[in-house]
Amino acid sequence: MPDQLLYATEAALNGLMAGVLYSLVALGFVLIFKASGIFNYAQGVLALFAALTLVGFQNGQVPFAHLINAVFGTDLHHFGWQLPALVAIVLTAGVMVALAIVIERYVLKHLVNQPPIILFMATIGMAYFLEGFGDIMWGADIKKLDVGLPQGLNETIDAVTFEAFGYGFFIDNLDIVASVVAALLVISLTLFSQYSKQGRALRAVADDHQAALSVGISLRFIWVLVWSIAGFVALVAGIMWGSKSGVQFSLSLIALKALPVLMLGGFTSIPGAIVGGLIIGMGEKLFEFFIGPMIGGATENWFAYVLALLFLVFRPQGLFGEKIIERV
Amino acid sequence: MRKTITAIALAMAVATPAMADLVVPNLSYRTGPYAPGGIPYADGFNDYFTLLNERDGGIGGEKVVNPECETAYNTEKGVECYEATKGSGALVYNPLSTGITYQLIPKVSADGIPLYTPGYGRTSAANGKIFEWVFNYPANYWDGASVAIKYLLDQNGGDLSGKRIALVYHNSAYGKEPIRTLQELSKKHGYELIEIPVDHPGQEQKSQWLQIRRDKPDYVLMWGWGVMNAVAIQEAANIRYPMENFIGIWWSGSENDVLPVGDGANGYKSLAMHGTGMDYPVYGDLKTYVYDTGKASGAGDQVGSVLYSRGMYAALVISEAIRKAQELAGHSAITAAELRNGFEALEITEARMAELGLPNFGQPFAASCADHGGPGHALIQQWDAAAKKWNLITGFIAPDDEVLTPLVMEDSAAFAAENAIAERCN
Amino acid sequence: MFYREAGDFKTSYADDSQTFPIRFDRLRYYAVVAVAFGVIPFVINDYWANAVFVPFLIYAIAAIGLNILTGYCGQVSLGTGGFMAVGAYACYKLMTAFPEVSILIHVLLAGGITAMVGVLFGLPSLRIKGFYLAVATLAAQFFLVWLFNKVPWFYNYSASGQISAPERTILGHPVTGAATTASAKYLFCLVILFALAWLARNLTRGTVGRKWMAIRDMDIAAEIIGVNPLTTKLSAFAISSFYIGVAGALFFAVYLGAAEVGEAFGIQKSFLILFMIIIGGLGSIFGSFAGAAFMVLMPVLLKNILVGQFGWATDLAAHVELMIVGALIVIFLIAEPHGMAQLWRLAKEKLRLWPFPH
Repeated sequence: MPDQLLYATEAALNGLMAGVLYSLVALGFVLIFKASGIFNYAQGVLALFAALTLVGFQNGQVPFAHLINAVFGTDLHHFGWQLPALVAIVLTAGVMVALAIVIERYVLKHLVNQPPIILFMATIGMAYFLEGFGDIMWGADIKKLDVGLPQGLNETIDAVTFEAFGYGFFIDNLDIVASVVAALLVISLTLFSQYSKQGRALRAVADDHQAALSVGISLRFIWVLVWSIAGFVALVAGIMWGSKSGVQFSLSLIALKALPVLMLGGFTSIPGAIVGGLIIGMGEKLFEFFIGPMIGGATENWFAYVLALLFLVFRPQGLFGEKIIERV
Repeated sequence: MRKTITAIALAMAVATPAMADLVVPNLSYRTGPYAPGGIPYADGFNDYFTLLNERDGGIGGEKVVNPECETAYNTEKGVECYEATKGSGALVYNPLSTGITYQLIPKVSADGIPLYTPGYGRTSAANGKIFEWVFNYPANYWDGASVAIKYLLDQNGGDLSGKRIALVYHNSAYGKEPIRTLQELSKKHGYELIEIPVDHPGQEQKSQWLQIRRDKPDYVLMWGWGVMNAVAIQEAANIRYPMENFIGIWWSGSENDVLPVGDGANGYKSLAMHGTGMDYPVYGDLKTYVYDTGKASGAGDQVGSVLYSRGMYAALVISEAIRKAQELAGHSAITAAELRNGFEALEITEARMAELGLPNFGQPFAASCADHGGPGHALIQQWDAAAKKWNLITGFIAPDDEVLTPLVMEDSAAFAAENAIAERCN
Repeated sequence: MFYREAGDFKTSYADDSQTFPIRFDRLRYYAVVAVAFGVIPFVINDYWANAVFVPFLIYAIAAIGLNILTGYCGQVSLGTGGFMAVGAYACYKLMTAFPEVSILIHVLLAGGITAMVGVLFGLPSLRIKGFYLAVATLAAQFFLVWLFNKVPWFYNYSASGQISAPERTILGHPVTGAATTASAKYLFCLVILFALAWLARNLTRGTVGRKWMAIRDMDIAAEIIGVNPLTTKLSAFAISSFYIGVAGALFFAVYLGAAEVGEAFGIQKSFLILFMIIIGGLGSIFGSFAGAAFMVLMPVLLKNILVGQFGWATDLAAHVELMIVGALIVIFLIAEPHGMAQLWRLAKEKLRLWPFPH
C-alpha cells in the first residue's frame, strides 16, 4: 500500500476510537433527551464532577477542605487513606445517583411543561452551579486519575501492521479499552431498556409522557433513573478522558464535542449517537489529515459542526432522528 | 429593581479600597481552565511579600499589601480587576496572562502605572524606547525560542542544517509568539520548521501527534499552557517520541505538566528562567515567618514547585524595584511613576540574589532606559520521573541577539507607528 | 394610582400609535433618557465605565440583536460570539485601512458586513429547525473563530494575532484607544444603543416585526397566510447580525481596546448573551436591557460583596460566585420563565390597581 493510504487508514482508525468516546458523551445526552425532552448541557460538567469525586475518594481527600479550613482555621487536607479504584467507582456512582435525586427534586420537578429552550438554559445554570460546587468540594488544581487502565502504544497492532505493510499503526491502548467499555455500556443499556421492567417504563415515557402517566408509570422515578444512568455514563466518560489528561476544568468542555454527534445522529436515537460519533470522529481526523495541512491545521473544533450542518441540510432531523411532522 | 442593585453596587465599590501602604495587586486566577498554573504562581507571589512584611516589616518600613483579584484568565475580568484596583494606588501589575497584558499595555501607559511581565506578554515591550511603562526582563518568548535553538545547536555540534524541528503551539496570541523568531532562525541555521497548532484547551491532540509520529521531526518544541502540556507529554510518551528531543517553553515545564503522565514523562526537557526546588536559604525564613505561622497563601501545598518559584521570583524583582525606587525618590511611600524609575534603574547582581537567600537562582541583569528586556538567558531543565524532580542540565544560555534585536525593533516600531508614539531615551 | 389608562384619551391616530401610549410609561422613559444622557456622563469614572456601564451598553445592543432573532423570530442561535467577532475584525480592518474616515461609520459598516455573514449562516434555517438549528449555528461560531485566528490578513500580520484599536476621535474627543475618557466611551456607546434600540422597538411594532412573530408562533401557518419564510427569516438574521456586529465592533474598539478572537469571542459569549435575553425576557426590548444589566452586574456585585465586604479568599469567592449565578439562573427560570420583562408587566398590573386592589 502506498504511504499516504497507510497514514490515512491509521488516522481513520484513530478517529473511530475517538468517535467511540464522543458517542459515550452523546449517549448521556440522548438518554435524558428521550426521557424528559431536556437538552442537557450539564453532561460535560457531570463528567468533570464525577471524575473529581472519583479522584477525591481514591486519594481520601477531605471534601470542602478549602472551605472548612477557611471558615474554621483548620488545616485539613486528607483523611490519609487510599481506596481501591473499584470501591471509589462504586462510591462515586452512589454520589451520582444522589445528585440525580437532588436535581429531580429541586430543579426538574419545578420545570415541568416549560418550553425546551428554558429547560436547556436551566441545565446551563446547573452546569455553572456544579462547576463551582465541584471546585469548592475538591479544589481546582489538576489531579492525576489512575484506575489502572493501560495506556500507550499497542505493541501487537504495531507489530502486526508492521509485518503486513511495513508501517506500524499507532493505536492507543486506552482507546481500545474505552471502545470495549463503551460497547459493553451500549449493549447493557439496550438490554436494560428492552427487557427490564424499568427499561420498558423508560421507553414508554420516551414515547409519550401522558400515556405513560396514565398507565401508572411514575414520571419522577423515571427521571431520577435516567439522570442516574446519565451520571454513570458521565463517570465512565470522565474516567476515560481523565486518565489521559488528568482531571481539571477542561474536561467539562467535552460536551462541545458531543453536540455535533447529536445533530448528526439525531437527538432521540441511541444507535444515532453511536454511528454519529464514529462518523464525526473519523471525519474530523481524516479532514485534519488531508485538508488540515493545506489550510493551517487545528480544524477539528469546527469541522465536526460543519459536517453535521451539511448532513442536516439534507436530513433536518439527523440520521436516525424521528421524522418531524408539522401540522397547522 | 435595577436601581436598587445599582445602589447596592455603588455602596460596595466605594467601600472596598482604603489602604495607604504599598499596593501591589495580584491579578491571579485560581479558577477556570488555567487554574492549575495560576494557583502556585499566585501563592509564591503572595508568600514572598508576606515574608517581607513579617520579617523586615515591609520594604523600607512600608508594609506591602497584595489585594488579590480573580481574573480566571479572562480578559474582561482582567479589565474589571484593573479598574477596580487601580484607584487604590496600585503600583505595578503582573497579570500572568499574555491576553490581559495586551489589553493593559495601552491602559497602563495612559494611567502611568508600570506593568511587569516576566517571561510572558508582548515581547517587543523589551524596547524601552517605545514601551515606557512595560518591563519584561529577565527573558521573553523570543529569547526562549532562540535559547532552545542555541541549545539544539550545541547538541548538534553547531549545525542544524537539514534537521526538522516541529513547533507544537497553543493556538492563541501566546502560542504564536515564537513563530516569527523560529522562522528567522531557520533561515540562518537551515533547519526546517513544522508548525503544529493545538486549539484551546488542548484536551484532544491525537491528530497532531500522529502527524509527528509520521513526520518524525528531529526535535519538538512546545509552547503550551494548561492542560495542553500534560496531554502533549502524554501523547508524546504514547507514540514513544524520544523525550530528550522534546523541549517545552518555561510555561510548559512545571510539575503539573509532567506528574499526571507518570514515568512516561521521564527525560522531558523544558526551558527555565530560574532555579527551582527548596534548596535555597530563603525557604528557611519562609518557613519560620510564613508557613509555620499559618500565613501561607492558598492551601500551602505548592511550595517549591516551578510556578511557585516563578511567582516568588516576580515578587522578588518587584520588591527590589520598589527598594530602588525608594532610594531614588528619597522617601519610602513611593508612587507608581517613581516605581517606574525604580524598574528602569534596577540592577540585580548575583551577590544581591545570594543576600536575598536565593544564590544561583536567577540571572543577574541591569535595566536601562532603552532596555526593558534584560539579557534573556535561560536554563534547560530535565524531568526525573523517578525522583519527581526537575534537574538543571545546563548553565544560562544566551539568546541570539543578532536575530532578535531587529525583530524587536521592527515589531515595536510598528506599534509606535500605529499609536503615534515618539521614541524616548535619545 | 400613578399608573393608569383611565383618563388618558387619544384624539389622533399618531397619538394612538405612539410607542408608549400610557402617560406614566412615557414619563418614566423620558426620565431614564434624561438621566442616561444628562446625569451619568458627568459623574461617571473609569471604574464605573469599564466595569459596569460600557459592558452593559454593549451587551444590551447584542442582546437586542439576539432577541430580534430568537425572541421575535423564534430562531435560536448560538453563534453570537462568532458574529461579534466578525463585527470586531471588520471594524479593525476598516479602522486601519481608512484611518481618515469617522469611527462611527466604521462601526456601522462593520455591522453591515456582519449582516451579510449572518444571512449566509442563516440560510440553513430554512430547512433546519429548533435545537438542530441552535447546534448548527455553533458551526458558525467555531468556524469564524478559527478563520480569524488562522488567516493573518485579518489581524494585519501582527506577530501574535492580537488586534488592538488605534486611537480614533469624534468631534475632537478620542473614543477608542487609551486616552479615551470614561464619559466619552459611555456616551459613544449610549448614543448608538439609543438609536438602535429605538429602531428595534419600531421595527418590531411594524410589518416586519409582525411577520417575524408570525413565523415564530407557527411557521407553516404563517406561510399559509402569505408570509414569505425566506425573506422573513433572512431579514431577521440580517438585522440581528447587524446589531450583534455593531456590538462586537464596540466591544473590541471601545471596551477592550485589544482582543484575541478565541478568548474574547468564544462560545461562552454566545451563551452569555442567550442568558441575557432569556433572563430578561424573550421578545421584549426592555427584557434585553434588564437581562444585560443582570448578567453584567451580578458577578461584579457578588465579587465586591464576597471579596470586598466579607474578605473571602478570591478563589473561594469565585467558586461561590459561580454557584450563586448558576443557582440564580435556575431559580429565575423556575420562578419566572418569561423573564424580567414579565415581572415588570406584572408589576405594572399591580400598580394599576394600587393602592386599592379590590
